[in-house]
Amino acid sequence: MPAELETVERVRRIDVDQYRYGFETIIESEKAPKGLSEDTVRFISEKKNEPAWMLEWRLEAFRRWQTMQEPTWARVDYPKIDYQDLYYYAAPKKKPELASLDEVDPEILKTYEKLGIPLREQEILAGVVRPEGERRVAVDAVFDSVSVATTFQKELKQAGVIFMPISEAIREHPDLVKKYLGSVVPTSDNFFATLNSAVFSDGSFVYVPPGVRCPMELSTYFRINERNTGQFERTLIIADKGAYVSYLEGCTAPQRDENQLHAAVVELVAHDDAEIKYSTVQNWYPGNSEGKGGVYNFVTKRGDCRGRNSKISWTQVETGSAITWKYPSCILRGDNSRGEFYSIAISNGYQQVDSGTKMIHLGKNTTSRIISKGIAAGKSQNTYRGLVSAHRKALGARNFTACDSLLIGDKCGAHTVPYVEAKNASALFEHEATTSKISEDVLFYCVQRGLSQEEAVGLVVNGFVKDVLQQLPMEFAVEAQKLISISLEGSVG
Amino acid sequence: MSALLEVKNLQVRVEDREILHGLSLTVNKGEVHAIMGPNGSGKSTLSHVIAGKPGYEVTGGEILFKGEDLLEMSPDERAAKGVFLAFQYPVEIPGVATMTFLRTALNAQRKARGETELSTPDFLKKVREVAASLNIPQDMLRRGVNVGFSGGEKKRNEVLQMALFQPSLCILDEMDSGLDIDALRIAADGVNALRSSDRAMVVITHYQRLLNYIVPDYVHVMSKGRVVKSGGKELALELEESGYAQFEEQAA
Ligand SMILES: Nc1ncnc2c1ncn2[C@@H]1O[C@H](COP(=O)(O)OP(=O)(O)OP(=O)(O)O)[C@@H](O)[C@H]1O
Ligand SMILES: [Mg+2]
Repeated sequence: MPAELETVERVRRIDVDQYRYGFETIIESEKAPKGLSEDTVRFISEKKNEPAWMLEWRLEAFRRWQTMQEPTWARVDYPKIDYQDLYYYAAPKKKPELASLDEVDPEILKTYEKLGIPLREQEILAGVVRPEGERRVAVDAVFDSVSVATTFQKELKQAGVIFMPISEAIREHPDLVKKYLGSVVPTSDNFFATLNSAVFSDGSFVYVPPGVRCPMELSTYFRINERNTGQFERTLIIADKGAYVSYLEGCTAPQRDENQLHAAVVELVAHDDAEIKYSTVQNWYPGNSEGKGGVYNFVTKRGDCRGRNSKISWTQVETGSAITWKYPSCILRGDNSRGEFYSIAISNGYQQVDSGTKMIHLGKNTTSRIISKGIAAGKSQNTYRGLVSAHRKALGARNFTACDSLLIGDKCGAHTVPYVEAKNASALFEHEATTSKISEDVLFYCVQRGLSQEEAVGLVVNGFVKDVLQQLPMEFAVEAQKLISISLEGSVG
Repeated sequence: MSALLEVKNLQVRVEDREILHGLSLTVNKGEVHAIMGPNGSGKSTLSHVIAGKPGYEVTGGEILFKGEDLLEMSPDERAAKGVFLAFQYPVEIPGVATMTFLRTALNAQRKARGETELSTPDFLKKVREVAASLNIPQDMLRRGVNVGFSGGEKKRNEVLQMALFQPSLCILDEMDSGLDIDALRIAADGVNALRSSDRAMVVITHYQRLLNYIVPDYVHVMSKGRVVKSGGKELALELEESGYAQFEEQAA
């Protein structure tokens, strides 16, 4: 039990310190008034200098949203959200300004250290402010990602890749945005996506022109820059004919945010022969020892394999959030298109995860593959929810699904809810599912060889999720591996 | 000089049933002790309690290791201090490459002792050497720990770890079970290579045959949770002749 207590204690301390650092210092005038009305939507659009068509698009979504009901089918349980009691726009959140790492909670630093995050980057993540002159030098010289980003931007431009905040893209590439925004996740799609459409703050826009292989992972750049995009993120990625892009979202460092509700939308479009690989690591604040606080993460992610031979692959590592509601999906529209979903979802403490995927086979000879690894510890609930469907015309559709759950302790739960719909006889769907408890004998074997109990759990779990970890970009996989161990700390008593 | 391992009047319960009823055993550095005894006499239980496996309640007696109270230490502390148990049934750990496991474990032990981690080339060199001497092919080291290993390969993997960690007390629980003659010889050679004046071994077995390869200094007979007879290596031969029946009554 001491390990668990220690974790509880740690989480409590971090909480308290967050307030000491003053998340209350947001400049009032930059905030939209509390609550959601047409005025809020206009306020946001105006703040972003958006063209009239964008405002109209948002307003339409808002009107639609007012007629919708919050979904209740997921296996998650949370107090009713009062949508009129939330802020929908605040100027980029001001991080507490600190003079040096000495002022940062040592527990947070310990986590950074365990993750192997370089010192300078630790400073940036923790919000350490350097004097003006020193800062530039330090950032350029020590922390690659930012200086590299500038170099990257040049290289991307040469390749013709557009990669910018979506708010900029709305102004600079209105034709592309108009054409694709909402074309995969329509404004009317679901309660949370519609809400996002009305009030989204920012996010990224990527367009890879025909035949271009994006010359780099759109990743390192992101680790730093994505922190402040706010609670209603909107991402749109288009790979034109024969293009390829690998995009990495998120950060292994713990992300803390006073916004409880996060409702992001991600849309991917792959044209003929194009491929998009989208990887996520989600590590939002999971809530305190009693399950209070913590982020509610209601995300709509969908990829449209619009063209022939196109491919979309989702890989996710979910370790954070109090509640996760997330089903990255693929619409396999083009003939011979392929969708993949690789997922690691870890829940500990009082976390509730309801996640999975949908593979919608519409085109001929479309294939999909689902590998889901759910790990439940503490008092958490971990549900895999998946849908595989084949349309009447989707001749020769194939799916392989493997869902494995691992339980640590006996107060948690793992659930698998697979739906299968085949509207034609030629579809071939295979489904395998296993649920197992972490074996005491295996843990003892490891500790007999010198590993601590927690190291042993980390090692065994990393073995369990290996197939999915392999799908992540190399340097990220190493961090994810450490993150998995960290998120299971205190899971064994 | 205190003994390396002193088990004094050890009483152990599992789920309200007493399994060891006051067992004593003293092992000095440089010695090899064999423990024999019928099925269910408590041999594995003794080895588990020494290694610190959860689920056993020690209701009496004590275990000293290098003069320290072993029962106060967590199992990983015991490992770092030099207690090694080669399991009767080594487990499989899917997805964790043997090489990764060996390295993680070795470094964890070194760290616990305040030593520096072994560099990658040093580590690889060491593992390759030991693996070669035990006839363990490199590709086995890339596979998941014991996953799909044959019975003999699993046992060799235990000896490999023993050779790598260089523990001061090696407890071998039925190392010979499931091994063919050649495999037995290779594994026994591996164990013999580790015999030294700094190290002691406790060899649990049912068969005299193993003791032809690993020749013990002492043989103990366990029955119903006690050591009922101790002697030299000739005691094993005697047992082979007459079986355990004579001790069963004694223990009761
Ligand atoms: N977890 C447990 N729960 C209940 N009884 C147990 C448990 N572990 C061991 N025992 C019992 O304790 C006794 C001793 O078992 P142990 O495995 O130590 O015997 P052993 O001498 O190693 O036998 P073998 O030669 O068959 O390996 C047996 O009667 C066994 O059933
Ligand atoms: Mg036994």
